[in-house]
Amino acid sequence: MSLAGALLPSRKDEDFRYADLGALARVWPVPVEEIALGPGESRALVLVPEGDAVARHLAITLGPGARFDLRVLNAGHAYGRVAIDVRLGQGADFTCGAAQVGGGKQVLEVVTNVVHAGSDATSRQVVRSVLSGQATGTYLGKVTVERGADGTDGEQSVRAMLLDRTATANARPELEIYADDVKCAHGCAVGELDAQGLFYLQSRGLPPAEAKRLMLQAFLAEAFVGADAEEQLNQAALAALEALL
Amino acid sequence: MLQIDNLQAEVVGKPILKGLSLTVNAGEIHAIMGPNGAGKSTTGYVLGGRPGYEVTGGSVSFDGQDLLAMAPHERAAAGLFLGFQYPVEIPGVSNVQFLREALNAQRRARGVEPLSGGEFLKLAREKAGLLRMDMDMLKRPVNVGFSGGEKKRAEMVQMGILDPKLAILDETDSGLDIDALRICGEGINAIMRRPDKAVILITHYQRLLDYVKPDKVHVLAGGRIVRSGGPELAHELEREGYEAVA
Repeated sequence: MSLAGALLPSRKDEDFRYADLGALARVWPVPVEEIALGPGESRALVLVPEGDAVARHLAITLGPGARFDLRVLNAGHAYGRVAIDVRLGQGADFTCGAAQVGGGKQVLEVVTNVVHAGSDATSRQVVRSVLSGQATGTYLGKVTVERGADGTDGEQSVRAMLLDRTATANARPELEIYADDVKCAHGCAVGELDAQGLFYLQSRGLPPAEAKRLMLQAFLAEAFVGADAEEQLNQAALAALEALL
Repeated sequence: MLQIDNLQAEVVGKPILKGLSLTVNAGEIHAIMGPNGAGKSTTGYVLGGRPGYEVTGGSVSFDGQDLLAMAPHERAAAGLFLGFQYPVEIPGVSNVQFLREALNAQRRARGVEPLSGGEFLKLAREKAGLLRMDMDMLKRPVNVGFSGGEKKRAEMVQMGILDPKLAILDETDSGLDIDALRICGEGINAIMRRPDKAVILITHYQRLLDYVKPDKVHVLAGGRIVRSGGPELAHELEREGYEAVA
Protein backbone atom coordinates (compact mmCIF):
# COMPACT_ATOMS: atom_id res chain seq x y z
CA MET A 1 0.00 0.00 0.00
CA SER A 2 1.49 3.31 -1.06
CA LEU A 3 0.55 6.79 0.01
CA ALA A 4 -0.66 9.33 -2.51
CA GLY A 5 1.88 12.00 -1.70
CA ALA A 6 2.49 13.06 1.86
CA LEU A 7 1.58 16.71 1.38
CA LEU A 8 -2.05 17.74 1.72
CA PRO A 9 -3.26 18.82 -1.72
CA SER A 10 -4.31 22.41 -2.33
CA ARG A 11 -7.02 23.88 -4.55
CA LYS A 12 -4.40 24.27 -7.24
CA ASP A 13 -4.47 20.49 -7.67
CA GLU A 14 -7.11 20.04 -10.34
CA ASP A 15 -8.39 16.82 -8.77
CA PHE A 16 -8.98 18.59 -5.46
CA ARG A 17 -10.36 21.87 -6.76
CA TYR A 18 -13.77 21.34 -5.15
CA ALA A 19 -12.68 19.23 -2.17
CA ASP A 20 -13.36 20.14 1.44
CA LEU A 21 -9.71 20.51 2.36
CA GLY A 22 -10.40 20.94 6.07
CA ALA A 23 -12.20 17.61 6.17
CA LEU A 24 -9.61 16.05 3.90
CA ALA A 25 -6.87 17.02 6.36
CA ARG A 26 -8.56 14.85 8.97
CA VAL A 27 -8.27 11.72 6.85
CA TRP A 28 -5.03 12.55 5.05
CA PRO A 29 -2.96 10.80 3.83
CA VAL A 30 -5.33 8.58 1.86
CA PRO A 31 -3.88 5.16 1.17
CA VAL A 32 -4.12 3.95 -2.41
CA GLU A 33 -5.92 0.62 -2.53
CA GLU A 34 -4.47 -1.35 -5.40
CA ILE A 35 -6.49 -3.93 -7.25
CA ALA A 36 -5.11 -5.92 -10.16
CA LEU A 37 -7.05 -8.34 -12.31
CA GLY A 38 -5.27 -10.82 -14.50
CA PRO A 39 -6.26 -11.74 -18.06
CA GLY A 40 -9.94 -12.65 -18.33
CA GLU A 41 -10.63 -12.20 -14.61
CA SER A 42 -13.80 -10.52 -13.53
CA ARG A 43 -14.86 -8.81 -10.33
CA ALA A 44 -17.68 -6.69 -8.91
CA LEU A 45 -17.18 -4.24 -6.08
CA VAL A 46 -19.76 -2.22 -4.19
CA LEU A 47 -18.47 0.78 -2.31
CA VAL A 48 -20.71 2.42 0.26
CA PRO A 49 -18.27 4.36 2.42
CA GLU A 50 -19.33 5.19 5.96
CA GLY A 51 -18.23 7.95 8.27
CA ASP A 52 -18.41 11.67 8.70
CA ALA A 53 -15.34 12.36 6.61
CA VAL A 54 -14.21 9.66 4.24
CA ALA A 55 -11.83 9.47 1.33
CA ARG A 56 -11.07 6.37 -0.70
CA HIS A 57 -8.61 6.00 -3.51
CA LEU A 58 -8.63 2.89 -5.67
CA ALA A 59 -6.09 2.07 -8.35
CA ILE A 60 -7.37 -0.69 -10.58
CA THR A 61 -5.35 -2.43 -13.25
CA LEU A 62 -7.22 -4.64 -15.68
CA GLY A 63 -5.35 -7.23 -17.71
CA PRO A 64 -6.45 -8.24 -21.21
CA GLY A 65 -10.11 -9.18 -21.30
CA ALA A 66 -10.64 -8.50 -17.58
CA ARG A 67 -13.92 -7.04 -16.40
CA PHE A 68 -14.56 -4.82 -13.40
CA ASP A 69 -17.96 -3.62 -12.22
CA LEU A 70 -17.75 -0.89 -9.60
CA ARG A 71 -20.80 0.66 -7.95
CA VAL A 72 -20.58 3.51 -5.50
CA LEU A 73 -23.12 5.10 -3.20
CA ASN A 74 -21.60 8.28 -1.81
CA ALA A 75 -24.10 9.65 0.70
CA GLY A 76 -24.52 10.96 4.18
CA HIS A 77 -21.00 12.27 4.78
CA ALA A 78 -19.95 15.77 5.72
CA TYR A 79 -17.20 15.02 3.23
CA GLY A 80 -17.10 11.98 1.01
CA ARG A 81 -14.53 11.44 -1.71
CA VAL A 82 -14.08 8.45 -3.96
CA ALA A 83 -11.13 8.58 -6.34
CA ILE A 84 -10.65 5.83 -8.89
CA ASP A 85 -7.73 5.28 -11.24
CA VAL A 86 -8.23 2.58 -13.81
CA ARG A 87 -5.88 1.21 -16.42
CA LEU A 88 -7.45 -1.03 -19.03
CA GLY A 89 -5.55 -3.60 -21.02
CA GLN A 90 -6.63 -4.94 -24.38
CA GLY A 91 -10.31 -5.85 -24.54
CA ALA A 92 -10.87 -5.07 -20.84
CA ASP A 93 -14.18 -3.69 -19.60
CA PHE A 94 -14.80 -1.22 -16.80
CA THR A 95 -18.16 -0.11 -15.46
CA CYS A 96 -18.56 2.57 -12.84
CA GLY A 97 -22.01 3.47 -11.58
CA ALA A 98 -22.00 6.08 -8.85
CA ALA A 99 -24.81 7.82 -7.01
CA GLN A 100 -24.28 10.76 -4.70
CA VAL A 101 -26.93 12.03 -2.33
CA GLY A 102 -26.17 15.07 -0.22
CA GLY A 103 -27.86 17.80 1.76
CA GLY A 104 -26.92 20.44 4.30
CA LYS A 105 -23.36 21.54 3.67
CA GLN A 106 -22.12 18.15 2.60
CA VAL A 107 -19.37 17.91 0.02
CA LEU A 108 -19.33 14.76 -2.10
CA GLU A 109 -17.08 13.90 -4.98
CA VAL A 110 -16.24 11.19 -7.41
CA VAL A 111 -12.97 11.61 -9.25
CA THR A 112 -12.04 9.15 -11.96
CA ASN A 113 -9.04 8.73 -14.16
CA VAL A 114 -9.58 6.02 -16.75
CA VAL A 115 -6.76 5.08 -19.09
CA HIS A 116 -7.37 2.91 -22.11
CA ALA A 117 -3.91 1.43 -22.56
CA GLY A 118 -4.83 -1.49 -24.82
CA SER A 119 -7.03 -1.70 -27.87
CA ASP A 120 -10.73 -2.59 -27.94
CA ALA A 121 -11.36 -1.92 -24.26
CA THR A 122 -14.65 -0.46 -23.07
CA SER A 123 -15.44 1.83 -20.17
CA ARG A 124 -18.79 3.12 -19.08
CA GLN A 125 -19.34 5.62 -16.28
CA VAL A 126 -22.73 6.71 -15.04
CA VAL A 127 -22.85 9.27 -12.24
CA ARG A 128 -26.09 10.59 -10.75
CA SER A 129 -26.19 13.17 -7.96
CA VAL A 130 -29.11 14.54 -5.96
CA LEU A 131 -28.23 17.63 -3.97
CA SER A 132 -30.21 19.82 -1.64
CA GLY A 133 -29.49 22.68 0.77
CA GLN A 134 -25.99 24.00 0.26
CA ALA A 135 -24.50 20.64 -0.63
CA THR A 136 -21.86 20.29 -3.32
CA GLY A 137 -21.60 17.28 -5.58
CA THR A 138 -18.67 16.94 -7.94
CA TYR A 139 -17.66 14.59 -10.71
CA LEU A 140 -14.25 15.00 -12.26
CA GLY A 141 -13.63 12.34 -14.84
CA LYS A 142 -10.82 11.97 -17.30
CA VAL A 143 -10.66 9.34 -20.00
CA THR A 144 -7.33 8.95 -21.73
CA VAL A 145 -6.96 6.83 -24.83
CA GLU A 146 -3.31 6.01 -25.32
CA ARG A 147 -1.51 5.65 -28.61
CA GLY A 148 -2.45 2.34 -30.17
CA ALA A 149 -5.60 1.85 -28.11
CA ASP A 150 -7.72 1.67 -31.27
CA GLY A 151 -11.26 0.42 -31.02
CA THR A 152 -11.74 2.06 -27.63
CA ASP A 153 -15.32 2.61 -26.53
CA GLY A 154 -15.60 5.03 -23.61
CA GLU A 155 -18.71 6.60 -22.25
CA GLN A 156 -19.38 9.12 -19.50
CA SER A 157 -22.89 10.05 -18.52
CA VAL A 158 -23.09 12.61 -15.76
CA ARG A 159 -26.26 14.14 -14.41
CA ALA A 160 -27.10 16.09 -11.29
CA MET A 161 -30.43 17.13 -9.87
CA LEU A 162 -30.54 20.21 -7.68
CA LEU A 163 -33.44 20.30 -5.23
CA ASP A 164 -32.57 23.80 -4.05
CA ARG A 165 -31.09 26.73 -5.91
CA THR A 166 -28.42 26.90 -3.18
CA ALA A 167 -26.97 23.47 -3.97
CA THR A 168 -23.99 23.12 -6.32
CA ALA A 169 -23.05 20.52 -8.88
CA ASN A 170 -19.68 20.45 -10.57
CA ALA A 171 -19.13 18.19 -13.54
CA ARG A 172 -16.01 18.00 -15.65
CA PRO A 173 -15.83 15.12 -18.07
CA GLU A 174 -12.57 15.17 -20.02
CA LEU A 175 -11.24 13.25 -22.98
CA GLU A 176 -7.66 12.88 -24.17
CA ILE A 177 -7.34 10.78 -27.27
CA TYR A 178 -4.14 9.65 -28.93
CA ALA A 179 -5.53 6.80 -31.02
CA ASP A 180 -7.68 6.34 -34.11
CA ASP A 181 -10.98 4.62 -34.54
CA VAL A 182 -12.16 5.57 -31.09
CA LYS A 183 -15.71 5.95 -29.84
CA CYS A 184 -15.96 8.24 -26.84
CA ALA A 185 -19.15 9.88 -25.73
CA HIS A 186 -19.83 12.14 -22.85
CA GLY A 187 -23.01 13.76 -21.72
CA CYS A 188 -23.47 16.06 -18.82
CA ALA A 189 -26.50 17.83 -17.43
CA VAL A 190 -27.44 19.69 -14.30
CA GLY A 191 -31.09 20.34 -13.73
CA GLU A 192 -34.11 20.44 -11.53
CA LEU A 193 -36.94 17.95 -11.25
CA ASP A 194 -39.26 18.04 -14.24
CA ALA A 195 -42.27 20.10 -13.12
CA GLN A 196 -44.53 18.48 -15.72
CA GLY A 197 -43.61 15.03 -14.50
CA LEU A 198 -44.24 16.03 -10.91
CA PHE A 199 -47.67 17.39 -11.77
CA TYR A 200 -48.49 14.26 -13.78
CA LEU A 201 -47.69 11.99 -10.83
CA GLN A 202 -49.60 14.22 -8.40
CA SER A 203 -52.62 14.32 -10.71
CA ARG A 204 -52.85 10.56 -10.20
CA GLY A 205 -52.96 10.92 -6.43
CA LEU A 206 -49.35 10.91 -5.25
CA PRO A 207 -48.65 13.58 -2.62
CA PRO A 208 -45.85 15.98 -3.67
CA ALA A 209 -43.18 14.39 -1.45
CA GLU A 210 -43.95 10.90 -2.78
CA ALA A 211 -43.96 12.09 -6.37
CA LYS A 212 -40.59 13.72 -5.83
CA ARG A 213 -39.17 10.64 -4.12
CA LEU A 214 -40.37 8.36 -6.92
CA MET A 215 -38.73 10.48 -9.61
CA LEU A 216 -35.45 10.87 -7.71
CA GLN A 217 -35.36 7.17 -6.92
CA ALA A 218 -35.63 6.40 -10.63
CA PHE A 219 -32.97 8.98 -11.42
CA LEU A 220 -30.44 7.49 -8.98
CA ALA A 221 -31.27 3.95 -10.07
CA GLU A 222 -29.70 4.68 -13.46
CA ALA A 223 -26.30 4.37 -11.73
CA PHE A 224 -27.07 0.83 -10.60
CA VAL A 225 -28.63 -0.73 -13.69
CA GLY A 226 -27.18 -4.17 -14.31
CA ALA A 227 -25.34 -4.47 -10.98
CA ASP A 228 -25.47 -7.80 -9.14
CA ALA A 229 -26.51 -5.91 -6.03
CA GLU A 230 -28.94 -3.65 -7.92
CA GLU A 231 -31.84 -4.19 -5.53
CA GLN A 232 -29.79 -3.59 -2.35
CA LEU A 233 -28.16 -0.51 -3.87
CA ASN A 234 -31.54 0.92 -4.83
CA GLN A 235 -32.79 0.33 -1.31
CA ALA A 236 -29.73 2.02 0.19
CA ALA A 237 -30.10 4.96 -2.20
CA LEU A 238 -33.75 5.25 -1.25
CA ALA A 239 -32.84 5.39 2.44
CA ALA A 240 -30.33 8.15 1.69
CA LEU A 241 -32.96 9.98 -0.32
CA GLU A 242 -35.55 9.72 2.42
CA ALA A 243 -33.07 11.19 4.88
CA LEU A 244 -32.79 14.13 2.50
CA LEU A 245 -36.46 14.80 1.73
CA MET B 1 -71.34 16.47 -9.23
CA LEU B 2 -69.37 19.36 -10.76
CA GLN B 3 -70.46 22.94 -10.74
CA ILE B 4 -68.27 25.51 -12.42
CA ASP B 5 -69.42 29.04 -11.90
CA ASN B 6 -68.05 32.06 -13.75
CA LEU B 7 -64.52 30.64 -13.76
CA GLN B 8 -61.72 32.97 -14.76
CA ALA B 9 -58.10 31.95 -15.12
CA GLU B 10 -54.88 33.18 -16.62
CA VAL B 11 -51.59 31.74 -17.73
CA VAL B 12 -48.46 33.89 -17.33
CA GLY B 13 -50.64 36.96 -16.90
CA LYS B 14 -52.75 36.28 -19.99
CA PRO B 15 -56.47 35.76 -19.32
CA ILE B 16 -57.67 32.52 -20.94
CA LEU B 17 -60.88 31.57 -19.16
CA LYS B 18 -63.29 34.50 -19.02
CA GLY B 19 -66.35 33.42 -17.13
CA LEU B 20 -66.82 29.73 -17.81
CA SER B 21 -69.90 28.15 -16.26
CA LEU B 22 -70.87 24.49 -16.54
CA THR B 23 -72.83 21.99 -14.49
CA VAL B 24 -72.21 18.27 -14.83
CA ASN B 25 -74.46 15.78 -13.04
CA ALA B 26 -73.71 12.19 -12.12
CA GLY B 27 -74.47 9.82 -14.97
CA GLU B 28 -73.78 12.42 -17.68
CA ILE B 29 -71.23 12.64 -20.42
CA HIS B 30 -70.43 16.12 -21.66
CA ALA B 31 -68.36 17.11 -24.66
CA ILE B 32 -66.56 20.43 -24.80
CA MET B 33 -65.63 21.38 -28.33
CA GLY B 34 -64.06 24.50 -29.67
CA PRO B 35 -61.44 26.05 -31.91
CA ASN B 36 -57.73 26.20 -31.10
CA GLY B 37 -56.93 28.67 -28.36
CA ALA B 38 -60.46 28.68 -26.96
CA GLY B 39 -59.26 27.54 -23.53
CA LYS B 40 -60.12 23.83 -23.75
CA SER B 41 -56.84 22.47 -22.37
CA THR B 42 -56.66 25.32 -19.87
CA THR B 43 -60.05 24.20 -18.53
CA GLY B 44 -58.66 20.71 -17.92
CA TYR B 45 -55.46 21.98 -16.31
CA VAL B 46 -57.26 24.47 -14.07
CA LEU B 47 -59.62 21.74 -12.86
CA GLY B 48 -56.64 19.42 -12.31
CA GLY B 49 -54.72 22.11 -10.41
CA ARG B 50 -51.69 22.46 -12.61
CA PRO B 51 -49.16 25.02 -11.30
CA GLY B 52 -48.95 28.12 -13.49
CA TYR B 53 -52.68 28.17 -14.22
CA GLU B 54 -53.89 30.89 -11.96
CA VAL B 55 -57.55 31.19 -11.03
CA THR B 56 -58.52 34.85 -10.86
CA GLY B 57 -62.24 34.50 -10.25
CA GLY B 58 -65.23 32.20 -9.97
CA SER B 59 -65.71 28.93 -8.15
CA VAL B 60 -65.71 25.19 -8.74
CA SER B 61 -67.57 22.80 -6.51
CA PHE B 62 -66.95 19.05 -6.81
CA ASP B 63 -69.26 16.81 -4.82
CA GLY B 64 -69.95 19.76 -2.54
CA GLN B 65 -66.25 20.46 -1.91
CA ASP B 66 -64.31 23.54 -3.02
CA LEU B 67 -62.19 21.96 -5.74
CA LEU B 68 -59.95 24.99 -6.21
CA ALA B 69 -58.83 24.88 -2.58
CA MET B 70 -57.44 21.36 -3.01
CA ALA B 71 -53.92 20.29 -4.08
CA PRO B 72 -53.71 18.16 -7.26
CA HIS B 73 -53.28 14.89 -5.33
CA GLU B 74 -56.24 15.74 -3.10
CA ARG B 75 -58.40 16.31 -6.17
CA ALA B 76 -57.39 12.86 -7.41
CA ALA B 77 -58.23 11.29 -4.05
CA ALA B 78 -61.60 13.07 -4.17
CA GLY B 79 -62.30 11.24 -7.45
CA LEU B 80 -61.07 13.50 -10.25
CA PHE B 81 -59.08 12.11 -13.16
CA LEU B 82 -57.41 14.27 -15.78
CA GLY B 83 -56.55 12.54 -19.05
CA PHE B 84 -53.62 14.39 -20.63
CA GLN B 85 -53.46 15.45 -24.24
CA TYR B 86 -49.72 14.80 -24.04
CA PRO B 87 -49.11 12.15 -21.37
CA VAL B 88 -45.77 12.77 -19.67
CA GLU B 89 -42.86 10.33 -19.85
CA ILE B 90 -41.33 9.37 -16.50
CA PRO B 91 -38.07 7.50 -17.12
CA GLY B 92 -37.18 4.76 -14.68
CA VAL B 93 -40.59 4.56 -13.00
CA SER B 94 -42.64 1.56 -14.08
CA ASN B 95 -46.37 1.95 -14.71
CA VAL B 96 -47.07 -0.81 -12.23
CA GLN B 97 -45.07 0.78 -9.42
CA PHE B 98 -46.41 4.25 -10.14
CA LEU B 99 -50.06 3.20 -10.36
CA ARG B 100 -49.92 0.99 -7.31
CA GLU B 101 -48.40 3.81 -5.25
CA ALA B 102 -50.88 6.32 -6.68
CA LEU B 103 -53.89 4.09 -6.06
CA ASN B 104 -52.79 3.27 -2.54
CA ALA B 105 -52.11 6.94 -1.79
CA GLN B 106 -55.69 7.67 -2.87
CA ARG B 107 -57.04 4.80 -0.79
CA ARG B 108 -55.12 5.96 2.28
CA ALA B 109 -56.49 9.48 1.79
CA ARG B 110 -60.01 8.00 1.75
CA GLY B 111 -59.32 5.81 4.79
CA VAL B 112 -59.43 2.56 2.78
CA GLU B 113 -56.93 -0.29 3.19
CA PRO B 114 -54.16 -0.26 0.55
CA LEU B 115 -54.15 -3.08 -2.03
CA SER B 116 -51.51 -5.79 -1.77
CA GLY B 117 -49.15 -6.43 -4.68
CA GLY B 118 -51.17 -9.44 -5.81
CA GLU B 119 -54.52 -7.68 -5.59
CA PHE B 120 -53.15 -4.74 -7.50
CA LEU B 121 -51.74 -6.88 -10.31
CA LYS B 122 -55.07 -8.64 -10.71
CA LEU B 123 -56.82 -5.28 -11.05
CA ALA B 124 -54.18 -3.95 -13.44
CA ARG B 125 -54.43 -7.07 -15.62
CA GLU B 126 -58.19 -6.72 -15.85
CA LYS B 127 -58.07 -3.04 -16.86
CA ALA B 128 -55.19 -3.56 -19.29
CA GLY B 129 -57.25 -6.32 -20.92
CA LEU B 130 -60.14 -3.93 -21.32
CA LEU B 131 -57.93 -1.62 -23.36
CA ARG B 132 -56.20 -4.58 -25.06
CA MET B 133 -52.87 -3.53 -23.68
CA ASP B 134 -50.19 -6.08 -22.95
CA MET B 135 -49.24 -6.39 -19.26
CA ASP B 136 -45.58 -6.24 -20.31
CA MET B 137 -46.15 -2.63 -21.36
CA LEU B 138 -47.32 -1.80 -17.87
CA LYS B 139 -44.04 -3.09 -16.50
CA ARG B 140 -42.16 -0.58 -18.64
CA PRO B 141 -41.42 3.00 -17.53
CA VAL B 142 -44.40 5.37 -17.65
CA ASN B 143 -45.04 6.36 -21.29
CA VAL B 144 -41.36 6.03 -22.24
CA GLY B 145 -41.05 4.76 -25.79
CA PHE B 146 -44.83 4.46 -26.14
CA SER B 147 -46.37 5.55 -29.44
CA GLY B 148 -48.99 8.31 -29.37
CA GLY B 149 -51.78 5.74 -29.44
CA GLU B 150 -50.19 3.59 -26.74
CA LYS B 151 -49.88 6.61 -24.47
CA LYS B 152 -53.58 7.34 -24.80
CA ARG B 153 -54.53 3.72 -24.17
CA ALA B 154 -52.21 3.70 -21.15
CA GLU B 155 -54.07 6.77 -19.88
CA MET B 156 -57.33 4.84 -20.13
CA VAL B 157 -55.79 1.90 -18.28
CA GLN B 158 -54.75 4.34 -15.54
CA MET B 159 -58.31 5.63 -15.44
CA GLY B 160 -59.64 2.09 -15.13
CA ILE B 161 -57.32 1.29 -12.26
CA LEU B 162 -57.87 4.54 -10.38
CA ASP B 163 -61.66 4.34 -10.92
CA PRO B 164 -62.50 8.06 -10.64
CA LYS B 165 -65.93 9.64 -10.21
CA LEU B 166 -65.27 12.32 -12.79
CA ALA B 167 -62.91 12.04 -15.76
CA ILE B 168 -61.85 15.09 -17.74
CA LEU B 169 -60.31 13.75 -20.92
CA ASP B 170 -58.30 16.29 -22.89
CA GLU B 171 -58.14 15.31 -26.55
CA THR B 172 -57.89 11.63 -25.78
CA ASP B 173 -58.75 11.07 -29.46
CA SER B 174 -55.80 12.99 -30.89
CA GLY B 175 -53.07 10.82 -32.32
CA LEU B 176 -55.25 7.70 -32.45
CA ASP B 177 -55.78 5.53 -35.48
CA ILE B 178 -59.27 4.19 -36.19
CA ASP B 179 -58.84 0.95 -34.25
CA ALA B 180 -57.26 2.64 -31.23
CA LEU B 181 -60.01 5.26 -31.28
CA ARG B 182 -62.65 2.53 -31.05
CA ILE B 183 -60.75 0.69 -28.28
CA CYS B 184 -60.38 3.92 -26.26
CA GLY B 185 -64.04 4.80 -26.84
CA GLU B 186 -65.17 1.38 -25.66
CA GLY B 187 -62.84 1.69 -22.68
CA ILE B 188 -64.34 5.03 -21.67
CA ASN B 189 -67.84 3.55 -21.89
CA ALA B 190 -66.93 0.44 -19.93
CA ILE B 191 -65.17 2.34 -17.15
CA MET B 192 -67.15 5.56 -16.87
CA ARG B 193 -70.68 5.12 -18.19
CA ARG B 194 -72.31 4.57 -14.81
CA PRO B 195 -75.06 6.36 -12.91
CA ASP B 196 -72.56 7.50 -10.26
CA LYS B 197 -69.85 8.75 -12.65
CA ALA B 198 -69.44 11.54 -15.14
CA VAL B 199 -67.13 12.44 -18.03
CA ILE B 200 -66.07 15.66 -19.71
CA LEU B 201 -64.63 14.96 -23.15
CA ILE B 202 -62.56 17.80 -24.54
CA THR B 203 -62.20 17.34 -28.28
CA HIS B 204 -61.89 19.04 -31.64
CA TYR B 205 -63.72 16.41 -33.60
CA GLN B 206 -66.98 14.54 -33.80
CA ARG B 207 -65.33 11.15 -34.37
CA LEU B 208 -64.74 10.19 -30.70
CA LEU B 209 -68.37 11.09 -30.05
CA ASP B 210 -69.43 8.33 -32.46
CA TYR B 211 -68.17 5.87 -29.85
CA VAL B 212 -68.84 7.78 -26.66
CA LYS B 213 -72.27 9.35 -27.08
CA PRO B 214 -72.46 12.62 -25.17
CA ASP B 215 -75.57 13.75 -23.36
CA LYS B 216 -74.59 17.37 -23.79
CA VAL B 217 -72.30 19.24 -26.14
CA HIS B 218 -70.83 22.67 -25.39
CA VAL B 219 -68.95 25.07 -27.60
CA LEU B 220 -66.08 26.83 -25.85
CA ALA B 221 -64.84 30.00 -27.52
CA GLY B 222 -62.95 32.95 -26.13
CA GLY B 223 -62.77 31.41 -22.68
CA ARG B 224 -66.47 30.78 -22.09
CA ILE B 225 -69.23 28.44 -23.14
CA VAL B 226 -71.01 30.17 -26.00
CA ARG B 227 -73.51 27.49 -26.93
CA SER B 228 -74.83 24.27 -25.44
CA GLY B 229 -77.00 21.59 -26.91
CA GLY B 230 -77.53 17.87 -27.38
CA PRO B 231 -75.46 15.45 -29.49
CA GLU B 232 -76.80 17.04 -32.68
CA LEU B 233 -74.73 20.15 -31.94
CA ALA B 234 -71.53 18.20 -32.56
CA HIS B 235 -72.79 17.22 -36.01
CA GLU B 236 -73.72 20.77 -36.76
CA LEU B 237 -70.22 21.91 -35.77
CA GLU B 238 -68.63 19.21 -37.91
CA ARG B 239 -70.75 20.34 -40.88
CA GLU B 240 -70.56 24.06 -40.56
CA GLY B 241 -67.46 24.85 -38.53
CA TYR B 242 -67.02 26.73 -35.28
CA GLU B 243 -67.24 30.19 -36.76
CA ALA B 244 -70.70 29.63 -38.21
CA VAL B 245 -72.09 27.94 -35.12
CA ALA B 246 -70.56 29.93 -32.29
